[in-house]
Amino acid sequence: MPAVQETVDRVRQIDVDQYKYGFVTDVESEKAPIGLSEDTVRYISAKKNEPAWMLEWRLEAFKRWLTMREPTWARVDYPKIDYQNAYYYSAPKKKPELSSLDEVDPQILETYKKLGIPLREQEMLAGVVRKDADGNVLAERRVAVDAVFDSVSVATTFKEELKRAGVIFMPMSEAIQEHPELVRKYLGSVVPTTDNFFATLNSAVFSDGSFVYVPPGVRCPMELSTYFRINEANTGQFERTLIIADKGAYVSYLEGCTAPMRDENQLHAAVVELVTHDDAEIKYSTVQNWYPGDADGKGGIFNFVTKRGDCRGKNSKISWTQVETGSAITWKYPSCILRGDGSRGEFYSIAISNGMQQVDSGTKMIHLGKNTTSRIISKGISAGKSNNTYRGLVTAHRKATGARNFTNCDSLLIGDQCGAHTVPYIEAKNSSAVFEHEASTSKISEDMLFYCRQRGMSAEEATALVVNGFVKDVLQQLPMEFAVEAQKLISISLEGSVG
Amino acid sequence: MNAEVRAIKTSAEQALTSAYEAARASLPGKGAVAALREEAFKRFDAKGLPHRRVEEWKYTDLRALMRDALPLAVPPDAAAKAKAKDAGKIFAALNCRRLLFVDGAFVPEASDLTPEPGLTIGSMADALAKNDALVAAHVGKVFETGDSAVALNTSLMSDGAVIHVAAGTVLERPIHLVFASSETPSAAFIRSLIVVEKDAQAIIAESHESNVSQINCALEMVIGDGAQVDYYKATQTRGLHVASLLLTVGAKAAFNTFALNSDASLVRNQSFVRFAGEGSNGGLRGVNLLRGKEHVDTTMLIEHAAGHCASREQFKSVLDGQSHNVFQGKIVVKPHAQKTDTKMMTRALLLSDEAEADNKPELEIFADDVVCGHGATAGALDPNLKFYLMSRGIDDKQAEALLIQAFIGETVEEISHEGFREAIMRAALEWLETRG
Repeated sequence: MPAVQETVDRVRQIDVDQYKYGFVTDVESEKAPIGLSEDTVRYISAKKNEPAWMLEWRLEAFKRWLTMREPTWARVDYPKIDYQNAYYYSAPKKKPELSSLDEVDPQILETYKKLGIPLREQEMLAGVVRKDADGNVLAERRVAVDAVFDSVSVATTFKEELKRAGVIFMPMSEAIQEHPELVRKYLGSVVPTTDNFFATLNSAVFSDGSFVYVPPGVRCPMELSTYFRINEANTGQFERTLIIADKGAYVSYLEGCTAPMRDENQLHAAVVELVTHDDAEIKYSTVQNWYPGDADGKGGIFNFVTKRGDCRGKNSKISWTQVETGSAITWKYPSCILRGDGSRGEFYSIAISNGMQQVDSGTKMIHLGKNTTSRIISKGISAGKSNNTYRGLVTAHRKATGARNFTNCDSLLIGDQCGAHTVPYIEAKNSSAVFEHEASTSKISEDMLFYCRQRGMSAEEATALVVNGFVKDVLQQLPMEFAVEAQKLISISLEGSVG
Repeated sequence: MNAEVRAIKTSAEQALTSAYEAARASLPGKGAVAALREEAFKRFDAKGLPHRRVEEWKYTDLRALMRDALPLAVPPDAAAKAKAKDAGKIFAALNCRRLLFVDGAFVPEASDLTPEPGLTIGSMADALAKNDALVAAHVGKVFETGDSAVALNTSLMSDGAVIHVAAGTVLERPIHLVFASSETPSAAFIRSLIVVEKDAQAIIAESHESNVSQINCALEMVIGDGAQVDYYKATQTRGLHVASLLLTVGAKAAFNTFALNSDASLVRNQSFVRFAGEGSNGGLRGVNLLRGKEHVDTTMLIEHAAGHCASREQFKSVLDGQSHNVFQGKIVVKPHAQKTDTKMMTRALLLSDEAEADNKPELEIFADDVVCGHGATAGALDPNLKFYLMSRGIDDKQAEALLIQAFIGETVEEISHEGFREAIMRAALEWLETRG
């Protein structure tokens, strides 16, 4: 079995360094004054040199936020967040007018290099020329990367090539300047500024994020990717991502996140909006690996994220795939509004919690159009003293005739001090809707472990193998580059949970 | 967003408050019982009627559904008692021991009180007034819950049955609690207590029929170690019916419950079940048949506090017209309740485009060596199956009826007692026949 040695190495590697992205980069940065007020909002808007309509939009959201209360319904427990004791904007100090990637702060480039994210196009290009046995050049998939460091986007690669295809891929702050008509049309149209406490906060203070527009009939020539990195202490990250696939377009978007190890909790409240028009498709994949806190639950990121896709056009499709291993607390429900007739929503999720982590995640499939279909596959794995909740809603409205849903949410418990919970809401409001839901909870079968151990595998290897089998359905949905990373993450997350 | 936000009191809440204040002195029981009422009323007063912001009542907003509170029931007159003689028809063919209650009040003269060794039957009003030891030991203590419908019941409880089955006793006949109502619309708060001691066996049935009355009934049941209990509840009420079952199960015991709701306007059946001893088995099943604007809510909390227990929950609902069916089932496996085995299934069959079926099967698990699963489906009749039958000369309506019968049959067949199985199937078939 060739995988064995590899697994052993992997486990050994993790032994000494469980969260390997926990370093801090020493970059000089400028921050907004601590606390949150109308002035903070104005400060951020001014920093970004935003037009008046954008500032107004933010201020409106801020006013609304002041009247809202933090939601308490999720199965998570955390100390009260002091919204006045955090920085809402932090940007690495940079030289004005970057003309090429070489001018990006080398420290930041180094950070991304350590995270294993190639930002330099030449490196990427060098990597892609591979030849087969006959010496023919093999085409390999390339990935365009937008790297977000604290509150700003520091680099976006492959811009030119994407431009030739007509694809707009740029930081949100630039999109507001360069494509205000698109941003104005779509921003907040899926997640309105009034949506919920954290989304409203994000609307007021969001700093950057990615903006993607794929014009009609265009299949985006490469995977788009954003890496989010929180570096600065005591800073919240509020990014805003907006992806629009116009008629018949296709785009696959990947998102990764990491943060340094700190004793304090940091807030990450992002909003992601997806819009698909007729026959368009967006595939959105996330590998979330924010710092989860230490073994006693000290520190870690509060990941309170609102993600929603709107299948506006006929036969459009949105697919969410997520691998959640990090964050002290996860509060996240990537959803699909299936408005267009014949549209399809998919949600594939692996949520792994260990230590003192708390995960409350799931999805919403809102069937509004006729003959809409959705599929939910959720795999939760709890270990240590963690709690892992799947919370999902599937609803078919009166006019959503022929709606179909299949849901499968399975939980696996490792150890007797963790919890696994399932809270599905299934609402059928017309007779032709067909909903099926199944859930199971079990522990890793002794028989399976015994079988593996008998063949010379260690307890860790056997567990990793069984777990990888358990989550296989979801891993298969990930683009190849991410699937490898996700598989590694799973073994890292489960470290120390066996025996 | 938060449940603790307290709105202004509705007229129904105000009426309930004044009803409690007016009746406080005359309600049965002094001392400890009065203190229990007072404490429960405070809880109700703080929360008010359950509404959609209360997660467990999300789909049954009692605050909106209960426009006003009817006056408390007065003791039934002779006419009402005479009229109630024929009540409980559904289980009449079975040779049961009948206990009659009209507007919540026990009618001993129309009840079968033939003595039987090991069986004690009494009225809750008497027991509360006398501060009976059994009542003092159990009422309000079987399953403590913060539910405000239960709190309201505790504060206004007037009468009901108190049944004690001594250790080792095997009851000769099933006990049938017949709840009927008079012509006068009223509100009744019924509280019953059933204690089945170690190794005893009992079959209890309950039937509810009413006009537009508001019934809030609660049954506390204690099943001792090694005891076996079957409990059937048939609800055919035209008013508001809120029923709570509070149940604690000992070790190596077995119980089965079955609830039938047919032609019931507005029902909330909530069960709170705790497996407190190891090695017990439990089954909760039910069939709901809805049409018109009926609303039936089945909510349950199954708590596995001890290991090596198995529970099965299976509910089927058939919805026609603009009816609304709600199923909320929550299974909680406490830490150390290892080797728990649960399976929950809820299925809704929608016959009309205006009907609504909401399902919420929940799992909350804190032990690792368990097998827990749930399933939920909602959908219409399979047109292929219907076509198959119709191609063999069966007409449209009959084909549908056959398929519906097969759909609910799966659950009804699980009833081990032949008499009850047949009685319940007969009631279901009657409903199907009258389906226009």
